[in-house]
Amino acid sequence: MAALCLLPVAAVLWLALFPSENIWPHLIATTLPGYIGNTLILLAGVGASTLLTGVATARLVTACEFPLRKQLEWLLLLPLAIPGYVIAYLYTDLLEFAGPVQHALRAVFNWRLASDYWFPEVRSMGGAVMLLGVVLYPYVYLLARASFLEQSGYLPDVSRLMGRGPVATFFHVELPIARPAIAVGVALAMMETLNDFGTVDFFSVQTLTAGLYDVWLNMGNLGGGAQIGATMLAFAVLLISLEYVGRRRRRFYQSASRFGGRPRRRLRGRAAWAALGVCAAPVLFGFVIPALLLVSHAAGHFEAAWTPRFRSYALNSLWVSGAASLSAVALAVVVGYARRLRRSAAMAAASRIASLGYAVPGAVLAVGVLIPLAAFDNAADAFLRAHFGVTSGLILSGTSFAIIVTYVIRFLAVSIGAVEASFGKVSESMDMAARTLGHGALQTLRRFHLPLIKSGVLTAALIVFVDCMKELPATLILRPFNFETLATHVYHFASDEMIEQSALGALFIVAAGLVPVIILSRTIESAGRLDPANPAPPADARAP
Amino acid sequence: MPALLEVRGISCRYERRAAVVDTSFTLEQGMVASLLGPSGCGKTTVLRAIAGFQALDAGSIHLSGHCIADRRGGLPPERRKLSMVFQDHALFPHLSVEKNVAAGLFARAAAETRDIVQSILEKVGLAGMNHRYPHELSGGQQQRVALARALAPSPQLLLMDEPFSNLDPDLREKLRQEVYGLLQDIGATCLLVTHDQQDAFTFGERVGVMRDGAIEQWDTAYRVYHEPATRFVADFIGEGVFIDGVVSAGNRIDTELASLRGAAGHPPGTRVKVLIRPDDIIHDDNSPRCATITQRAFRGENYLYTLALPSGAEILSLVPSHHNHAVGEDLGIVLDIDHLVVFPA
Repeated sequence: MAALCLLPVAAVLWLALFPSENIWPHLIATTLPGYIGNTLILLAGVGASTLLTGVATARLVTACEFPLRKQLEWLLLLPLAIPGYVIAYLYTDLLEFAGPVQHALRAVFNWRLASDYWFPEVRSMGGAVMLLGVVLYPYVYLLARASFLEQSGYLPDVSRLMGRGPVATFFHVELPIARPAIAVGVALAMMETLNDFGTVDFFSVQTLTAGLYDVWLNMGNLGGGAQIGATMLAFAVLLISLEYVGRRRRRFYQSASRFGGRPRRRLRGRAAWAALGVCAAPVLFGFVIPALLLVSHAAGHFEAAWTPRFRSYALNSLWVSGAASLSAVALAVVVGYARRLRRSAAMAAASRIASLGYAVPGAVLAVGVLIPLAAFDNAADAFLRAHFGVTSGLILSGTSFAIIVTYVIRFLAVSIGAVEASFGKVSESMDMAARTLGHGALQTLRRFHLPLIKSGVLTAALIVFVDCMKELPATLILRPFNFETLATHVYHFASDEMIEQSALGALFIVAAGLVPVIILSRTIESAGRLDPANPAPPADARAP
Repeated sequence: MPALLEVRGISCRYERRAAVVDTSFTLEQGMVASLLGPSGCGKTTVLRAIAGFQALDAGSIHLSGHCIADRRGGLPPERRKLSMVFQDHALFPHLSVEKNVAAGLFARAAAETRDIVQSILEKVGLAGMNHRYPHELSGGQQQRVALARALAPSPQLLLMDEPFSNLDPDLREKLRQEVYGLLQDIGATCLLVTHDQQDAFTFGERVGVMRDGAIEQWDTAYRVYHEPATRFVADFIGEGVFIDGVVSAGNRIDTELASLRGAAGHPPGTRVKVLIRPDDIIHDDNSPRCATITQRAFRGENYLYTLALPSGAEILSLVPSHHNHAVGEDLGIVLDIDHLVVFPA
């Protein structure tokens, strides 16, 4: 299993180091520095903006009381449902020269030409940072919020008694304690940024991902693609280490015990409005506006968009995502139970390796999956030709099988995390009771574990399913000829500036994406009431 | 009669650390025994090894004359025909009381299962609770369901891992007696693991006192208390202090308190330590021997006084609580030792 997940990475590295056609010197001399520079700027920008938004909103909803706070606490998660590439198209459409906003401005001020006034260009690095930030901050928000809630109420009290004011207490006590959790959140947001293709492609921001596509799809150079992929892997390894260090330190920093919630400070007047504004803005820009735009586009062009072709794309999306999520969850149950039966360091390492896929950008993973599958196909084809005189074509790499394998590897971490969290809630003595009562290992799994972890497994399947639905970069590389999913369909139409026709597909994706977000927010609500020590399991599931 | 359970020189390791070292003991049919020791002494590992959840690095385990585990492996837990009761009860939360109790009876006919479940639920005093779910039961009731479930398949051996630790003290005492009575009634053979002396004394036809992965003494509860084999056992079981003594001629030991008979085979002149339990020191106002009260702890029916002897050595004395004396007063005492416990100094 772990080997399966390492294979693509190994393939990329191997091809990067021993390519048939070495373009390293060429890359280094020309585009690579630019790709790396842009990627760094983008990562830093998104990191900073998610950090600021996530921590500020998390702090406000946990420490203060203001109008709509309770609603905002879960509304703040909603932008997570909107894929970066969708929001990019929507805002471009809204803010470009021919868009309604500039149109209105020109009407009001009697401007006529673009040179008559200054308006920020959406399709730029700044725009990419802003838009990715506004849909990715919930990662930071979620983890920071959980961490602020988990902190023992005594620590800030101690700090206050020793003479620090509330602001100083926040910066000297509460923020440092939450720092590991925040680091994990920022690392996750940056991983998503590294993975993003739709936004940067649309905005012509030449990052490594965009470069990989250019080299691979436009120049058809697999070795060069692998070499850029290897560079991206280096970034991914950095982010994994950031996340890992965060998680490890978290154990020492945070005790699970919590002595009741601290009362929230009630804000009045201007402060309350400011707090409401700070928390509502991300929801407004990250969800409300794009969702309204999508709905209006989709409603206006329903007839044009609701075609048999569209329905076949939707079915493609459903079955590829369904197959991938079922496989990912089944594998996760196997891994989780195997770890339970044999608690060895090797097992733990294997399951950790198996979940590394989530840090590897989809594009790199796709190239990595393609290499061994293509090798297998060619071998099979050669074998059949030699012995039976028939050609098999591309059995694996040219079909949706490749897509499913890539999805499974990429999102296995999500399912392993959720399933292991559910397993973790079943005490070990439950296994021992079942076994001593005469049930074998498999029977124990079937009769006692599966009924108990059912809901966790379903949640995991759902989250993986939705992640697969949204997945764009890997699908673009791997899809067979004429095979479109909703995500690639939206991408193609939108990049041809036919946003209205693509809105229906995007709306489907967003609607599907809302499901896990709703589950997440329900866990948040019940977690607030029932079990404050236990943060939302899907949050952990996303990032084991 | 052959022993029902025979543990022969077993050793177990976790990672690199030895958890159990060369441990042996036997359990006769119908015997109710316990393993007692501080946390981390390896007692639970022994239980897990017997149940089949812990591999052996050395030694072997035999049940009814058959080897069920040795260095090379063993029967899987589900084929050992033994049952286990856990500290957290480990009831299946998705099954009713009835289904929980029937969990080990899946190989039997429905009618037989129903009869067994009914009769065992009556025995543990839960008749009529068949359709409740674990979360609807109190801690004590959950404990009874766990016991019923473990006993239902008529196991050869019942293993209990800290079964009373999750209960509050009153209930713990009551259930302890009840469970012991029930096990006696049906003649079950039982091995209980605990860090609580009272548990061990109740399930104490044999008590194994464990320390650092080895059994220091395997004996009846009475002898473990009154005739501890090692200083660790003497320290760990009950209260008491050691005072200095020297063996003198005539098989006697001279101590600061008195000259005691019985030198336990130590030659004259040997310096020894003598165990003095709080109930060995009896308060008597007429006694010529006095000690100064340095501390007192009120325990309801009696006081536990800490007394300083002239040399500065301290002893404990349990005195009925109507003898109310202040710290600093002198207390007249008489030494009344039935079992002299002596270790070389």
